[in-house]
Amino acid sequence: MGHYLNIILTSLFIENLPLSFFLGMCTFLAISKKVKTATGLGIAVVTLTVITVPINNLILNHLLKAGALGWAGQADIDLLFLGFLIYIGVIAAVVQIMEMVMDRFMPGLYNTLGIFLPLLTVNCAIFGATLFMVERDYTFAESVAYGIGSGGGFLLAVVALAGIREKLEYADPPAGLRGLGLTFITTGLMAMAFMGLGGLKLG
Amino acid sequence: MAETKRDLLLRPILNRNPIALLVLGICSALAVTGKMSTAFVMSICVTVVVAFSSLTISLVRHHIPNSVRIGIQITVIATMVIMVDQILKAFYYDLSKQLSIYVGLIITNCIVMGRAEGFAMNNTPKASFIDGLGNGLGYGFILMAVAFFRELLGSGSLFGFEILKLTSNGGWYVRNGLLLLPASAFFLIALIIWLLRTLDPDQQENN
Repeated sequence: MGHYLNIILTSLFIENLPLSFFLGMCTFLAISKKVKTATGLGIAVVTLTVITVPINNLILNHLLKAGALGWAGQADIDLLFLGFLIYIGVIAAVVQIMEMVMDRFMPGLYNTLGIFLPLLTVNCAIFGATLFMVERDYTFAESVAYGIGSGGGFLLAVVALAGIREKLEYADPPAGLRGLGLTFITTGLMAMAFMGLGGLKLG
Repeated sequence: MAETKRDLLLRPILNRNPIALLVLGICSALAVTGKMSTAFVMSICVTVVVAFSSLTISLVRHHIPNSVRIGIQITVIATMVIMVDQILKAFYYDLSKQLSIYVGLIITNCIVMGRAEGFAMNNTPKASFIDGLGNGLGYGFILMAVAFFRELLGSGSLFGFEILKLTSNGGWYVRNGLLLLPASAFFLIALIIWLLRTLDPDQQENN
């Protein structure tokens, strides 16, 4: 159990997707002006990583890897080179299905998150979480833990940044720094603060 | 068309830089800038992908049904990225290991999608190719600028060659470890944006 908790903690704080790997930056910067919308976006990202990372893990281990097609009598096929195309296809499909399911059964939630969902297909954080899972060769259970941790890390960072940006509206920076420039500096300072959690480890 | 080919190529590099003005594609931009060599390879990869995916999409633009265009664009882009990735893995294995997941992330790089959707869908193949080339170079320009400072001040070298002699090798330069950390990339981009926007006040945002 401690092993899985460690994966979650590490991906939440130390290897935080936006702050230490710069993933999902476009959405991260664009939708962090208000805490409320940032929370909505963050929750959508967590839901998606929790679903897509384990699904892609199953596909990788049972369809793509060299020898993975052994159950179909085709043990000598290696489809790893098709990986990118299939992962992004899975993500796009899950986004679409989630949108339809939420529209049908949870209209309230759909109205809050609806606008962010289509955007998230091309969010680097979600795709990046899958690619990290592939690179680190996680097992199925580990990939579930990683899905929770990486999405949660995004939620944490985007809500914190939105909170700071709401306060920054009253600041008076030099004209050239207004908006984007100042947001970058804030994000940099947050990244440094998160580095302080570097030694965190359970057990 | 009012824009000349030269404009299409050169404008995205300074005036309408995709990173500095439109905030596109920074996801992967910052992570590979710790060293000049990785930044250089990444710039080439992105330029090739943007240019050729724009060309391909523009060639088939009359045959793409409007309702599934995003899916088709993603498929074209993903195919280009797979080819680049396979070539890197075959001929430059070490570099492809260093770039780790960021080659794959070119697929979700907003510059590529943005040019496909915003330009290649309504323009001729030749113009789209040049526009893609320009945007790729604009992206590469910022990447190289950030990498230049990070590697020079952070490790005292450029492209792996020692420029400032480090104290650990009996020289005089004490390396600045901060510049090798992720946070420094944010500060450098902020400074570049500040500089570009001070030179060109049209790009400034209203508070």
